[in-house]
Amino acid sequence: MMFETFRTWFHRMGSPKWFYDITGRWIPWFGGIAALCLLVGTVWGLFFAPQDYQQGNSFRIIYIHVPAAILAQSIFFTMAIAGGIGLIWKMKVADMVAKSCAPIGATMTFIALFTGAVWGKPTWGAWWVWDARLTSMLILLFLYFGVIALQSAFDSKQSAARASAILSLVGVVNIPIIKYSVEWWNTLHQPATFTLTEKPAMPMEMWMPLLVMVIGFYCFFATVLMMRTRNEILEREKRTQWVQGLLSSQ
Amino acid sequence: MNPKRKKKLILLSSMVVAVGIAVGLVLYALSENINLFYTPTQIAEGEAPVGQRIRAGGMVVDGSIKRATDSLMVQFAVTDYKHEVVVQYTGILPDLFREGQGIVTMGAMDAEGIFQASEVLAKHDENYMPPEVEEALKASGHQATAQQ
Repeated sequence: MMFETFRTWFHRMGSPKWFYDITGRWIPWFGGIAALCLLVGTVWGLFFAPQDYQQGNSFRIIYIHVPAAILAQSIFFTMAIAGGIGLIWKMKVADMVAKSCAPIGATMTFIALFTGAVWGKPTWGAWWVWDARLTSMLILLFLYFGVIALQSAFDSKQSAARASAILSLVGVVNIPIIKYSVEWWNTLHQPATFTLTEKPAMPMEMWMPLLVMVIGFYCFFATVLMMRTRNEILEREKRTQWVQGLLSSQ
Repeated sequence: MNPKRKKKLILLSSMVVAVGIAVGLVLYALSENINLFYTPTQIAEGEAPVGQRIRAGGMVVDGSIKRATDSLMVQFAVTDYKHEVVVQYTGILPDLFREGQGIVTMGAMDAEGIFQASEVLAKHDENYMPPEVEEALKASGHQATAQQ
């Protein structure tokens, strides 16, 4: 029963028109929650959360750095799954979702690397160190660039989707490497502070704003992803009747 | 799922697994080189190359910091609670450098077995807490953090 429901839903999502309609209704919700969480989280984290006993105020970069780094990895995973679905089920919407993921993920990776460098200078004493965590994160950025380049390197949308899906699926190997790099090797980067599986390594008044920021970042990603995919749908389906109808009705 | 899709799914999953295994083996073979630093035990056991520039990491030993009065030279010992390495460094230390702090330092062992450092980086752990909590912990006799 569950499986049947899921299958119907899955096939419906594969219809560009249906996807366009349903996400149009979802966007205000996700966008609203994103805006609310990001606003509350930023104000809470930057003004009300206590200082760190060692780092003082510079620890507050965590409220941007950690959500961006989590999203950078989640988005890559999403992109690889969507790419895989596109390859196997030949679902056009999945290809479009995968394509829309890449620039958002690249931006998140850049934010994580940049805020990390800004944070590293005062705390560690270096902008950049070639340790396993930082290097694997830089590789993630290059993988995103590779996917973006492949997307525009082909004339045919299908070949572009196939090539970039394969690169994303191969690149997904990097995600566990990023996650466990701090445990497998000696790194300058410390192990994860924010986990949902273990007791947080910070008191609640520091952890709560971080949680709000992470939720906000996820909703922001969902909103932007749906908006980008909708644009992609309109672009690719512009000759179909329903898009024409949409245009003439406005 | 029709057979063609099933075949593709199996093909793709085995590709990801194969790449994963290949990368895993490469990383395993390179694991010594991926480590950012050597621990004092590794240095004591001769695993670290002698005379070459390496990174050493460990905790700054309590009470081991000696500063020169006429220069920026500072000497301290780092430990992994099994072995110790004495480090000499001339320059400005990062803000988080203090006794009991984890650090990573770049340099080479000299003839007397002293690590001549050209760079000192502070390492911190994943625990964050407000200053009051740390003081309360200290007052109750607990170590604030167990670093590294």
